[in-house]
Amino acid sequence: MKVAIIQFPGSNCDWDAEHAVHDVLGIPAKRIWHKSRLPSETEAVVVPGGFSFGDYLRCGAIARFSPIMSDLKEFAEKGGQVLGICNGFQILCEAGLLPGALVRNDCMEFRCINQPLRVENSNDRFNREKLGPSLSLPIAHGEGNYRADDAVLSDLETNGQVLLRYEGNPNGSVNDIAGIRNPGGNVYGMMPHPERAVESHHPTQDGLPVLAAFVEPIRKTQSVELSPS
Amino acid sequence: MTAQTPSSLPPNPEPCLNVEITSDLVAQHGLLPEEYENVLKILGREPNLTELGIFSVMWSEHCAYKNTRKLLRLFPTEKVDKDSVGQVLVKAGDENAGVIDIGEGWGVAFKIESHNHPSAIEPFEGAATGVGGIVRDIFTMGARPILLTNSLRFGSLESSQVKRLFRGVVSGISHYGNCLGIPNMGGDVYFDDCYEGNPLVNALCAGILRHEEIQKGAATGVGNPVYYVGPGTGRDGLGGASFASRELTEESAEDRPAVQKGDPFMEKLLLEACLEMMAIPGLVVGIQDMGAAGLTCSTCETASRGNSGIEIDLDLVPQRETGMNSYEIMLSESQERMLVIVNRGRERELEEVFEKWDLHAARIGEVKEGDRMVVRHKGVVVADLPAKSLTDEAPVYDQPAQEPVHIAAARDWRVDSVSDLKSDGVGEALGKLLAHPTIASKRWVWQQYDHMVMSGCTVEPGSDAGVVRLSIAGIDKYLAIANDCNNRFCYLDPYKGAQIAFAECMRNLACSGARALAVTDNLNFANPNKPEAYHMLKECVKGLADACSFFDVPVVGGNVSLYNEHGQGAIDPTPVVSMVGLIDDASQVTRSFVAQAGETVLLLGGLPYELGGSYYLQTQFGKKEGRVPEVDLSAEKKVQDFLLAQISNNSVLAAHDVSEGGLLVALAEMLFGEADLGLSVAFDSRGPSGRLDSLFFGESQGRVLISVSAEKEASILLAAQESGLVAQALGSTDDSGRFKISVEGDEVFDTTVRSLRESWSQAIPNYMQ
Repeated sequence: MKVAIIQFPGSNCDWDAEHAVHDVLGIPAKRIWHKSRLPSETEAVVVPGGFSFGDYLRCGAIARFSPIMSDLKEFAEKGGQVLGICNGFQILCEAGLLPGALVRNDCMEFRCINQPLRVENSNDRFNREKLGPSLSLPIAHGEGNYRADDAVLSDLETNGQVLLRYEGNPNGSVNDIAGIRNPGGNVYGMMPHPERAVESHHPTQDGLPVLAAFVEPIRKTQSVELSPS
Repeated sequence: MTAQTPSSLPPNPEPCLNVEITSDLVAQHGLLPEEYENVLKILGREPNLTELGIFSVMWSEHCAYKNTRKLLRLFPTEKVDKDSVGQVLVKAGDENAGVIDIGEGWGVAFKIESHNHPSAIEPFEGAATGVGGIVRDIFTMGARPILLTNSLRFGSLESSQVKRLFRGVVSGISHYGNCLGIPNMGGDVYFDDCYEGNPLVNALCAGILRHEEIQKGAATGVGNPVYYVGPGTGRDGLGGASFASRELTEESAEDRPAVQKGDPFMEKLLLEACLEMMAIPGLVVGIQDMGAAGLTCSTCETASRGNSGIEIDLDLVPQRETGMNSYEIMLSESQERMLVIVNRGRERELEEVFEKWDLHAARIGEVKEGDRMVVRHKGVVVADLPAKSLTDEAPVYDQPAQEPVHIAAARDWRVDSVSDLKSDGVGEALGKLLAHPTIASKRWVWQQYDHMVMSGCTVEPGSDAGVVRLSIAGIDKYLAIANDCNNRFCYLDPYKGAQIAFAECMRNLACSGARALAVTDNLNFANPNKPEAYHMLKECVKGLADACSFFDVPVVGGNVSLYNEHGQGAIDPTPVVSMVGLIDDASQVTRSFVAQAGETVLLLGGLPYELGGSYYLQTQFGKKEGRVPEVDLSAEKKVQDFLLAQISNNSVLAAHDVSEGGLLVALAEMLFGEADLGLSVAFDSRGPSGRLDSLFFGESQGRVLISVSAEKEASILLAAQESGLVAQALGSTDDSGRFKISVEGDEVFDTTVRSLRESWSQAIPNYMQ
């Protein structure tokens, strides 16, 4: 197994993420229950969308106490690749692996639409040259309104940590932020769902370059071992 | 009440339950005197209060279908053609939901259910728990739920009360379904004054499973343990019997919700745990949802189906409130609970699954010999009843029926009672129709539903049918879903109205490229004890049953909701028809929107000519009257067969059925896709009616618009002619961004598509701001 997809009680995009990574990208992936340890052969982790622990208290606030989170933190601190999608992004923020927080959409309603996004030149993996200047990806959340204090925002902008911005802000996020990364460039978080835009029946296939940017390091190091699923 | 058989049961451990069963108490439990006589005969003694409560819920309309059981027998429950796809694997009424075959060893379980009354009282929780209930019915069958839809009906959005109900219902559905992670493909929403104060909330779920994975709701195997799984039982949902709990506990009932409270997170855990448990070979003997009538219904139904007895001990039932008595525990409708019977000796396997998911799994009893349902509490037998008497001996009624007078008036209606529309009024009439909330875009609704989770959404809500790819099963097939019921037609002519609901639903599937497999129906009607209301019910069922038989599309389950009445009167008859259809490969998936300039738009079925019952009469004159359009099932079949044949030739670029609002509305709707196009249409005549209003806005049945490439136009028209189908080219799409109509060479209408789209897309958001 190369990509571990963490399954919390209430995760509901875990199958989708596994399907996109394993069946579509052809990279071995497996769902890992939150009470388990992170397998030693893990090369990247996806924290999928859903409503972990019912999103009670605050989105992601309970999931961050799950047994697997200490392994995940260690994995991230050692430079392991981590991608949080939607509820996964919320969990990474709650766990302190990414800065800021996600609060209720300013429209006060859940939004499920195909969302136009602007790609930022963030680093050598995630930039307009590799992903194109704009993407359209599904969003589906009630609490995707990104908030951070001025100092954090200023750091994010100065360091080029913003990955994606909304074209036509659907939720009130500050600076139209839809996705960010950590300063080290190994922890990604985004509200849009790249795993829902990878096949011909999906509204777009714009999730493919996003997921490709995320798995690029493990493809480089392990390219010999990769085999079609 | 005369039988003085001494009770053979000891007194209940809770003194407050040891009361005399008076005729008032019987009446308050909704049992008629003759029904109570029957209870006495069955028991050979007086029931105690717990037993009376059990009879009252099991013999309620909701559980026993007393007023509809005879009528429901009219529905075909199997396919006549045994060689076609869509054979029924589990029939209507046999289990929690019906199951149909979709080929290659896969089946689809699906069912619709109402939560009308709870939603009227508490729209958010009422609608949310409606979703929860139907989802449990599906995964109880062993199926992985793969889609949801809803059929919703509200009063006029002018009313602030209706807005509150509409917002609450949509947000309740969104809250529950989104958390479960089951894509909600939208569904239909109608607005009509008749639903003021009595909204309809019908929720549908479909799931997929292998044939060998089908589970039964039967308690078999003497000695097998009976488990209660899911969260603890509380006093919620005791609404129907709230009088009793007030008297019995001598506490205030004010803080007890009459409507159940849903917890979608619990349901998600229960869903995953149950599917995981059912995947263990040979573990589960029987499983049943604790829905309506909770523990009562699940124990006596599983025992009855299994021809067994069952014994449970209420002390072992997980409880989240203190001091609950046997009456309350047996009648509670707390949500997200299941009853599971497993093979003896394999208890640990079940318990391990539920430990993983942090859910209760309490062994509360076992399957017994004989036919008794025995309930113990605090060491005492508190109920001892023959299980089958509760399920099979419920009363069945045939009510008197009488045609309401307005139906005769509708038959006599003449179109010349309204003057025809002039050319200069067409634009305004079309704008009004597009802005009628029933016709207007429902994006405000479905953008609150996660319709893309599970990666299967192929045609998003807003087209004629929602389509999902069966990716989760690993197969490249597509399931299409549509719901329909135009209450106006059912009110004016219940027999034809129900057939139109069926025909339109099937046509919607055909427009998406899908072959209809089976129906689930939700019969929403008024008080059946009123002869006029019963007439409506009877005629709708007959009409629907005849249409099902004609098309060989069986009914595999559904729901009946009666007594839909409120201060201002009764709802219109609303037999909601939902159908699933199958699309074999991606190339057949068809949408209702034109995509490019230069496409030719053809009309199949001939020019519309009937104005009766139309939305035009509503928006122009505020009238719900007239003769319902002709229903010709043979003609309908011809149109749909032709359409599907052309789709399978890959000749059809878009298809849309002509329904509410008529031809101009349907043409305009085809332009509301992502592309910014124009359309010019020329009619060389006003059609059979000779009237503009009937041509443009009449709702004649069996009409479909298709768009095709210009080079295929001639061959398709020829093919139509050869199959005896009336078809004509109406016009073609262009880049002008304008919608233009001419009749007999004269321009009658020319406006921007943008302005029409604005009326259509902003109508509901404007109300809901």
